[in-house]
Amino acid sequence: MKTLTAAALAAVIALGAGQAAAAEGAALPKYDWSFSGVFGHFDRAELQRGLQVYREVCSACHGLKYVAFRNLEALGYSEDEIKQMSTEYSVVDGPNDEGEMFERPGRPSDYFPSPFPNDKAAAAANNGAAPPDLSLMAKARPGGPDYTRSLLLGYEDPPAGFEALEGLNYNIYFPGNQIAMAPPLFDEAVEYADGTEATAEQMATDVASFLMWTAEPYLEERHSMGVKVVLFLLVFTGLLYAAKRKVWSDLH
Amino acid sequence: MSGFKTNNAVIRWIEYRLPIFSFLDDAVGSGYPTPRNLNYWWNFGSLAGLALVIMMLTGIMLAMQYTPHVIFAFDSVERIMRDVNSGWLLRYIHMNGGSFFFIVVYIHIFRGLYYGSYKAPRELLWILGVVILLLMMATAFMGYVLPWGQMSFWGATVITNLFSAIPLIGESIVTWLWGGFAVDNPTLNRFYALHYLLPFVIVGAVVLHIWALHRFGSSNPLGIEANGPQDKIPFHPYYTAKDAFGVGVFLVLFAAIVFFAPNLFGEPDNYIPANPLSTPAHIVPEWYFLPYYAILRAIPDKLLGVVAMFGSILILFVLPWIDRSPVRSAKFRPIYKQFFWIFLADCIVLGYIGAKPPEGVFLIVGRLATAYYFLHFFIIFVLSYVERPRPLPSSIGEAVLKGGGAPPAAMAREKAQ
Repeated sequence: MKTLTAAALAAVIALGAGQAAAAEGAALPKYDWSFSGVFGHFDRAELQRGLQVYREVCSACHGLKYVAFRNLEALGYSEDEIKQMSTEYSVVDGPNDEGEMFERPGRPSDYFPSPFPNDKAAAAANNGAAPPDLSLMAKARPGGPDYTRSLLLGYEDPPAGFEALEGLNYNIYFPGNQIAMAPPLFDEAVEYADGTEATAEQMATDVASFLMWTAEPYLEERHSMGVKVVLFLLVFTGLLYAAKRKVWSDLH
Repeated sequence: MSGFKTNNAVIRWIEYRLPIFSFLDDAVGSGYPTPRNLNYWWNFGSLAGLALVIMMLTGIMLAMQYTPHVIFAFDSVERIMRDVNSGWLLRYIHMNGGSFFFIVVYIHIFRGLYYGSYKAPRELLWILGVVILLLMMATAFMGYVLPWGQMSFWGATVITNLFSAIPLIGESIVTWLWGGFAVDNPTLNRFYALHYLLPFVIVGAVVLHIWALHRFGSSNPLGIEANGPQDKIPFHPYYTAKDAFGVGVFLVLFAAIVFFAPNLFGEPDNYIPANPLSTPAHIVPEWYFLPYYAILRAIPDKLLGVVAMFGSILILFVLPWIDRSPVRSAKFRPIYKQFFWIFLADCIVLGYIGAKPPEGVFLIVGRLATAYYFLHFFIIFVLSYVERPRPLPSSIGEAVLKGGGAPPAAMAREKAQ
């Protein structure tokens, strides 16, 4: 620990030496998200498709621990649908009266169970690199949803002469270009409930949008409240300016 | 001496026993005569006060939901964002309120630099302001640690480690600050306690700051003392109205960020839970610390870097004695005015460099900008002897009213009462 902190200090203070610039990924293409902009809002169908991609593909390795099944009401599901969906998961509960932990079907109040019991288990099962929880991913990476979407589509053959390390995959958008995650999306990897054609690009877009919702579930409330607040304040400030002019009129 | 009068029997009854109404009237009411020529740069003191109140109100409400423990801190913040009623709003206001507090305070400080507000007899007023800045920096730094994200943890590690540069006792001081041998739960606990305490200390310093302000009243853009009724107007209604308009503009901008770009000032890394085993590629402080961070990294020696960083603020304490020119306002100091703008540009360059890795051209520019930061104070020391100021107007009234004009109506009304 001490060496670590000292190393960190050295890295930020040392002049020129030491800190090699971490290779940044390629510039992210900008996608026109429905939720960007002042009036931006989520596309419910897109979120539902994204949830499906998460459940059928991502959830094999990635958790979503800050999202409860009850939260899915915001995606347009009914209470019964959510109950049904949560019972498809089994969660560990307890201890019971005998002092034993036990498994039971999920309830709407439960959170998405993580695929691994802890980070060590996750790392051990994944070649040493624990797959991160996805709840906050859209806010935890520069570029947010653009990054998520690009990364999922960024797998390419490495350029000539590029030697990827054992077990790592070449991805043009990942910092350092070598990512432990194998390419997760292939055309038709899921069969969308709403009949949308499941191209890799479609799935990447849908799941990136879904992860923006998991990271920022109150985005729509924020936007609609913001529009009202700012409009009110603009009018109010105009009145304050008029009042100021009136008060000062006898001085000028 | 207060001219406070009322026809309300209840207020009169209270006022006789506890003269709080005349006190308020003298502080921010019609009993506080203020130079008539204050421009909009004089709005930022009241805005800083507003920012402090916003921070304390949202902070107290957040404290009711937050858990200062390394295992629960990050989750409790996420709970505030997801499950607490309007928790996301409270947190985004508090998060961005810190940035806006620094924005208005920095503008307030540069206003003071431009118009020479720090000069006699307002040296203590200025010094108390620098004390408030230091308290704000400590409070903001400790507040940034509380969500216990990656930048929280590594920022805390880097900054507390600075004290290890002190010869002989440095290591012991760092251990003492941490409450252990690494940034850990005891560190988080004490930072939380201090983050809650320091704002009240700031309030105390603000009271002294305003007390000192009222001794001689506000300075003004001309930098000459106001004398006589034609130079002054009552604070209320003139400056209450002007400040209220400023508050409106401030709130529009603040709301725009809170509602439409709440993570603009933040680092994405702080949405990753703290991990002592994984260092982020770039450890960067919040934007308002970047100029100091640039100064720290510009100097090859650790101890000297730390000294220069703290020195860059401490030098402000003695500014009233460095700048010896009797003329306050840059309006009448043509050369000082140019150096003021160069200094402001230098601080912005330092802020930009602070966000960049210390290598190549950034390092060179950072060193030059750091050298210039300190050189500036030497320049204005020399300047105060060699510069020839332009002639000052004989009174505010003369300059503003072009030699005439009636006293303000509100004052006339008051006299008539």
